[in-house]
This record gives sequence, C-alpha cells and structure tokens, in this order.
Amino acid sequence: MSTESEASPPAIATSGLVRRYGERAALDDVTLALDAGRTLVVFGPNGAGKSTLLRVLATLLRPTAGTASVLGRDVRREGWAVRGRIGFLGHAPLLYGDLSARENLAYHARLHGLSEAASTERIAELLAAVGLERRGDDRVHAYSRGMVQRLAVCRAVLHDPEVLLLDEPRANLDPAAAEQVEPLIGRSSGRTRVVTSHDPAGGLAEGDVALGLRAGRQALLAPAADVTAEQIGELYR
Amino acid sequence: MSAPSPPSTSAAARAVLAKELRLERRAPQTLVAMALFSAMTYVVFHFALRRDTVEGDLASGVLWVTLTLAALLGIGRLFVADRDEGGLEGFLLAPVDRTALLFAKAGALLTFLVALELVAVPLFAVLLLGPTPGPGTWLRLLAVLLLADVGVAVVGTLVAAIAVQTRARDLITSILALPLLLPVVIAAARASAPLLALHGDHALTGRWPAVLGLYDLVFGLLAYALFDFLVED
Amino acid sequence: MPTSRKLYGTRLRVLSILTAVVLTGGFALAAFYAPIEADQGFSQKIFYLHVPLAIVSLCGFIFGGICAIQYLRTNDPRHDLRAYTAIHQSLIFCAAALVTGSIWAKAAWGQWWVWDEPTLVSFLIVFLLYATYQPLRFSIEDPEKQSRYAAVFAIVAGAFVPLNFLAVRLANPLIHPRVLNSSGGSLPGDMKVAFYTCVVGMALLFVTLWKYEMTAKHNRAQLRSLKRKLGGPDAAAIRGRSAAPRVSAS
Repeated sequence: MSTESEASPPAIATSGLVRRYGERAALDDVTLALDAGRTLVVFGPNGAGKSTLLRVLATLLRPTAGTASVLGRDVRREGWAVRGRIGFLGHAPLLYGDLSARENLAYHARLHGLSEAASTERIAELLAAVGLERRGDDRVHAYSRGMVQRLAVCRAVLHDPEVLLLDEPRANLDPAAAEQVEPLIGRSSGRTRVVTSHDPAGGLAEGDVALGLRAGRQALLAPAADVTAEQIGELYR
Repeated sequence: MSAPSPPSTSAAARAVLAKELRLERRAPQTLVAMALFSAMTYVVFHFALRRDTVEGDLASGVLWVTLTLAALLGIGRLFVADRDEGGLEGFLLAPVDRTALLFAKAGALLTFLVALELVAVPLFAVLLLGPTPGPGTWLRLLAVLLLADVGVAVVGTLVAAIAVQTRARDLITSILALPLLLPVVIAAARASAPLLALHGDHALTGRWPAVLGLYDLVFGLLAYALFDFLVED
Repeated sequence: MPTSRKLYGTRLRVLSILTAVVLTGGFALAAFYAPIEADQGFSQKIFYLHVPLAIVSLCGFIFGGICAIQYLRTNDPRHDLRAYTAIHQSLIFCAAALVTGSIWAKAAWGQWWVWDEPTLVSFLIVFLLYATYQPLRFSIEDPEKQSRYAAVFAIVAGAFVPLNFLAVRLANPLIHPRVLNSSGGSLPGDMKVAFYTCVVGMALLFVTLWKYEMTAKHNRAQLRSLKRKLGGPDAAAIRGRSAAPRVSAS
C-alpha cells in the first residue's frame, strides 16, 4: 500500500469484518485498507468468503460484526451514499432475459438517475466498446454466455462508478472478449477495484494488493509484488 | 460524464413499473393465465353448482372467489422474474429508496388486477350473471372493485415479497394470502351482492366500502413501514 | 463462560405454584360458586374455559407482534425467540379455544359449528392465518432472514386480527347474546368473580408455559455450545431442520 495513505482516507476499509450465515461464519475478522485507484485481488478456494466480501462491500449483505466502509462511507449506516458510486459484477448478470440489451441498460440507467440523453449516449458507447452494438435490440435470452457477461460488464460500469467490485469478471469470456472489457473494468480503467480470482499468476499481475481467504479468515494480506504464485497455491491446499 | 444525482422515489418507482409492464407485454404470461383461469373457473362453477345463471349472494360469491383465486396467480408471479434473473439485486444496487419497489410492484399488481377485471367481469356478466345491471349499478360495482383491488395489490405485494424468499413459494403464497385477503373478500362480496341481485334497489351499503377503505389504509401504511425489511439481505 | 444461568430459577417455581393455585381456584369457583345459567344449564360452565383461552391467545398474538416490532428495531434474536414462543403457544391456546367453542356450540345450539357466531368464526380465521407462521419460518433457510420475515408476518397478522374481527362482526347479524360486551356488564356478579379468576389463571398458565419454553430453549443452546467446545463444530450438528430461532448461549 502506498505511503500517501495518511493524507486521504482509504477508498475501501474494513475492520474486524464478520459475516455469518446462521452459525457458519462466511467472513471472519477481515481487516484491510485499499487506497483509491488501487486494485485488491482476492484469492481463495470456493466458499472461502470472496463473494461474501464483495457483497458486503456492495451493501447487499449487512456485516454481522465489525465495520466496512467504501469511499469513507459506512456500508451499514450510509449504504445509500455508497450505492450510486460502486459497480458490482457478481456471478449473476442481473439482466432480464425478456428485455433487450438496450432496454436492460436503459432500466439500470434510470435507476441510477441518468438523464434520457446521457443514458442513450452512454449505452451506445458501451455497447460499441464490447462489440454488441449490432445485437443491442435482441433479447438477452438469445445471447451466449460470453455475450451476457459482456453486457453485464456494461451494466456494472454504466453509471461510471468510482469503485468496481468484480467477482471473477472474466469467467465465460474468451481472450478477445476479455481484451474488449479491459478498458472498462481492467487496471487501465483507473478505478478502485476489488477483484476475485482463481488464477494466481494473472491475478497477482493485475493487483496491487493480494488478499488470501481461507474459510472466511484472512490468511494472507500483502502487496501483490511480494507474493508468489506458490503462496497463493497454498491457500487451496 | 458527471456523477448523476440519485433519482427520486417516484422516478425510481416509475422506472420499475415501466419495466414490469414492458416485461409483461413482451412475454404476457401472468395476465393471460389469470384471464384463462377466471374463464375456466366460471365453467367449473356452472357445472359444480348446476346453475345456468346466478344472482345476488351467489353471483357475488362466484365473482369474488374467481377474482381472488386469479389474483393469487398474479401474486405468485410478482417477484419471480426478479428472483430468477437477479432483478432484485439490480434494484438494490441502485441509489434509490427501497420503498420505490413497493410502489412499483403494487402498481403493477393493481394494473394486472384491473386488466383482469376488464375481461373477467364482462365475461361473468355474459356467462353466468342472471340480472342485467344498469349503468349506475356498474359504476357502483366498479367502485367496489377498485377499492378491493387496492387492498389486494398492497397485501399481495407484501405476501409476494415474503413468499419469493421461501423454498415453497407457491404454497406460502396461497396459505398466507388467502386468510389475509379474507376481510377484502367479505366486504367486497357483501357490497356486491345487492348490486347483482335480481330485484331490489341495487344500493351500496356504506359500511362495506368503508371497511375496504380502512383495510386499504391500514395495510397500505403497514406495507410502507415494513417493506424495507423484506428486501434487505 | 456465562454458565451462571440456572436450569430454572426459583421464580419460575413460585410462578408455577401460583398458576396451579389460581387456575384450580378459578375452575373451582366456576364449578361450585358461580350460579348455573338459566338458559343453558351446566354446559354453560365451559364458558369459564373457552373465553379465557380465547382472550389469552389473542393477547399472546399481540404480545408476539410487539416482540416482533422489538426484533425489527433491535435485531436482537432474543426478541425473535420471544415472539416465536408466544405465537406458537397462542396458536395452541387458540386451537383449544376453537375446540371448547365448538363443544359449547353443540351443547347450546345443538351444532358443532355455527357460522353466525362472529367471534368463533373470527377465531377460526385467525387460527388459520397464524397456522402459517410455522410453515413460513420452516421454508426460509437463512436464520437471520427467517427471523426478519417471521417478524414482518407477526406484525401484519397482528394488524389483521382487529380488522378481521370487524369484518366478520359486520357480516353477521347479532342473534346470540354477547356474554362479555365491552364493559363486561352483562355478567352477574357471582359469575364475574369466577370468570375473572379464570382469566387471570389462564394468563398465568400462558406466562408460565412461555417461561418454561424460553428456559428450555436457552438451555438447549447452552448445551450445544458446550458440546461444541468439547468436541469441535461437528459435535453439536443439528440433525433435521427446525424452524425455531436459534439463540447463542452467551
């Protein structure tokens, strides 16, 4: 983490964060801080709590204990202030199959308060960026999984969020499509990002800070440059 | 692009409602099913009661049983698309008041009920109703229908929001909604009975619309107060 | 380790004895002291069982609703447990009220069920509504969500009860004399003493049973947490599913 962090508060911070489902703790005592513009890459086997961490940061799940803040706002008490400034891309695309790509995006644009004109322009720009402009009026039901994922990326960045919460964003994407979404959700987007990954080498190359989770516990938190792929592999053993 | 300001509750509610109606227009499952169901129920009543025409209490009962059961179908479907396709999360991620979802969903259900009744009530008059009500009676019946629809829409939205989170969605919808809607059925059926009678003055007894209004008010306020708890995770 | 809680306290024992005394006293008064009602004869005595059951079960439902409001305000699972225990016990009292009401109807009017008795009909509807509380809880997997949804249900149902009574009452012409009108004035003095003793006894019975149930739930939670400490997380695995709220032992 950078040394300037004393000056401005971190973009994302958690302290002793716990989230339980009944008696099982999906997240157990996670404490971290991430500066604006940086990328946190989260590793861990299935069920280690990666998705839960993203969902807590996205205000979709309430923390059971501890605190989490995004852009200086507490997710529990000031969720409303966080929501418009984050882009969330989970496993579900959050798109209606019976609506076209444009209608889906226009719906989300309205919910995020974009004006009619701004929304039309932004949607055209995004669809062109991911190569869907000619299929924009097709129902999402008719899309392949890769196309759905590209559209979901458009949905996540529609309102130009400052923070991106990405759960395995390149799942279902072929290399060419992964290339297309790079300017929107990759490092070059310049946004603060939390990305989950199962790919040690690729993930470490993408991130500034690496977090390893194992059974909800924080097993590793270090600058990505200091972490080796072997250390990540350890998490899965 | 400058950061957009969060939409007002009514703007958000209108966006969701527009999306609901667009989805139903695009793939008209719910309304078609509700209308078909009510037509089939009339046929069932014809045979089960061995009556070619009905009037008064019986007519009112047949009409309200049919409308209530058809409403259950709509209630059961209200949040299904959101559940299956993550629309609820999409909504929760937006910087909008969660109550907007209540307004939109209740509005959508109200629209469905009115659309259903535009088909089902004339059909009832043609298929089963003995007397031919005059325009004044139709207007009074319309008032009863609307008052009842508001209550059904509000309670139906609450029940649908609860039931969609359960494993046995269809079962929970029916067993929760039926008893909760009973006061509506009592009041609406009692209010419509004289309107559908063969003889008499076809008058509307004031207390039944009052009960319906009270029901709408109480459950409207309750839904407003409680809905947020049903959409949080 | 917060193991200081006793299995059950002396207060609960005192309460149990008090309940037994008051309830027995109330029934004794009803049987021997209260006059035999002129129209209905001895069978009217079931009134001293039926009406207290009904009153206490309604109060229990309302108490459950209040606990549910508390739960939504504080998110404290103990309030949910209170609401759960109260509603589930009121449901049993409500069923007993329906059965005794039905017996009374048979004795008084020769039929097991009378639709023109609005209070009885309202009770049936209330019973049917609250009977869905348990299936609702059972069908929600996540315990926290289960508590929250159950609380919303308890509040909605609580508001439903008076509206339902109003609608059913208006729908029926009153042909039977109300035994207890709003002032309780139609009851002769001797009957009143016996009746109110029975109501108090029944309320005490409700509270006592409720307290036992709460204590049992807490003890079970404590036992499970101790087992877990001894034998690891799997030692106290829950076999089968339960719709009862789980409270931690602390």
